[in-house]
Amino acid sequence: MTMPVVAARSLTKRFGAFVAVDGIDFEIAPGEAFGFLGPNGAGKTSTMRMIGCVSPRTSGELRVLGLDPAESGADIRGRIGVVPQEDNLDTELTVWDNLMIYGRYFDLPRADIRERAAELLEFVQLSDRRDSKVDPLSGGMKRRLTIARSLINRPEALLLDEPTTGLDPQARHLLWDRLYQLKRSGVTLVLTTHYMDEAEQLCDRLVIMDNAKIVAEGPPRKLIADSVTREVVEVRLPLDADTAFEAARLKRFGDRTEPLADRVLVYTDDGDATMHAAVDEGFGADSMFVRRASLEDVFLILTGRTLED
Amino acid sequence: MSAPVRTAPRPVLALPLIGWRRRPWRLVERNVLAYRRIWYIFLSGFLEPLLFLLSIGIGVGKLVGDLNVGGHLVPYRSFVAPGLLAIAAMTGSLLDTTFNFFVKMKYSHTYDAVLASPLSPRDVAVGEITWALIRGATYSGAFLLTMLAFGDLRSAWSIVALPGAVLIGFGFAGVGLAATTYMRSFVDFDYVNMAMIPLFLFSATFFPLSRYPAGLQAVIRFTPLYQGVVLERSLVLGDLHWTLLIHAAYLLAMGLLGLRVASKRIGLLLQP
Repeated sequence: MTMPVVAARSLTKRFGAFVAVDGIDFEIAPGEAFGFLGPNGAGKTSTMRMIGCVSPRTSGELRVLGLDPAESGADIRGRIGVVPQEDNLDTELTVWDNLMIYGRYFDLPRADIRERAAELLEFVQLSDRRDSKVDPLSGGMKRRLTIARSLINRPEALLLDEPTTGLDPQARHLLWDRLYQLKRSGVTLVLTTHYMDEAEQLCDRLVIMDNAKIVAEGPPRKLIADSVTREVVEVRLPLDADTAFEAARLKRFGDRTEPLADRVLVYTDDGDATMHAAVDEGFGADSMFVRRASLEDVFLILTGRTLED
Repeated sequence: MSAPVRTAPRPVLALPLIGWRRRPWRLVERNVLAYRRIWYIFLSGFLEPLLFLLSIGIGVGKLVGDLNVGGHLVPYRSFVAPGLLAIAAMTGSLLDTTFNFFVKMKYSHTYDAVLASPLSPRDVAVGEITWALIRGATYSGAFLLTMLAFGDLRSAWSIVALPGAVLIGFGFAGVGLAATTYMRSFVDFDYVNMAMIPLFLFSATFFPLSRYPAGLQAVIRFTPLYQGVVLERSLVLGDLHWTLLIHAAYLLAMGLLGLRVASKRIGLLLQP
């Protein structure tokens, strides 16, 4: 077996008494797109910062590209790319100079950086903005420039922390498209997200994190197949309805139910049959519809909470 | 379109590892790039010491007359100019290690991006101090040329006044950078001003130490800018004594201590 890009055993991060990451284990294979899915505060960013060698681990084992971040931080950082959650482009420099100086931080010769920067600007569709300052760029453009910057050293692995948070749908899709291309070209992608659609779209395999721990691990479709039924009927109820009570009434139409604030989810392998059975029995609801089960459902079943909580 | 991103089949460690000696210079390069577009702000640093020399050295000097320094009578302008040189070295080195450093660290998150590359917190500290010394030395050098034009360089030892100015810059850049890592908001920079103004006025810059009350003299002998003023004045006026080495050692220690604290604090703040 080839050496994993990242391997963690009992990886733990504490800030004083607060436990941000609580003894997690995972391995990321070369060329894989690996995701950390979980709500805010689950420990995703802390994990990413440890992998990126900008935050020392409290205990446990961690190897990145076979090296120990505690000893070889600079060497590892030289071989990975990082797209942080908050844009930290150099606002005193132009788009072009951002790429040039970042290449210099990696000690690359100027001629090489010039060539590479031109290719990367083309790749993220910012060639026409090369002499612009950073501030006037839109959120999506800044993100794309940050991705271009992270690729300047031809990284073996790319770490992306919430890459599309705060972007409009169009900007997200453009970004996903670029990340797909990177993946196809063989770059290992490691990303965090609290968007289940993003995780399903991009990740070959993912772990679900909650309260500093990993609660599930596997390819997105398999996670869904293993812990959820194939389909879900969403039953929207009037605002004053007692969803727990209604969930109990709906139970006999499906395998299991999950009451939320304004609706009940009925898990079933045949959504249409379940929905029709409920309607035929005269069950009153504002609306009902059938959808495919998603990672959101996996998270809900594992933790009893929604990702947006 | 896949060409620029094809990265997988490449030998491990094809990227040359950067020597730690070269890394801080990347930050100097970064600052050169940033100031290339705002060169007029960079140039404005020449102005302050020059205005002081004209107003106080020449203006006030006309009223004061000559002073006795080490047995020689010198015009007041020649007495005050090395003091202003020390001040220029101090303020020049504090420009990019205090306020500007704070903005980049806390608001622009410039160093978060830097530290995701092979550079370390110590590289950031060494890099910013190196840049501050280059900037400070440019101002000190220009001021020395002005002094030369006025005939205020009265000794061949004046040639050492430029390294002397760099040493003053090192002391203040180090401490400035370290102190800035403890700043919580812009309000805290009032403390920097509160420290700088008395140093500026009462470090034997504008009148000889012997004019201060005895108790105050003892205090001033231990303050940082005084070390620089004595160093520069002695070199420029050719009034040399072995005790200058103590003043130099004081400034060197100040810079090294600042560098050490700053490196550690940058790590604590940005790489928790």
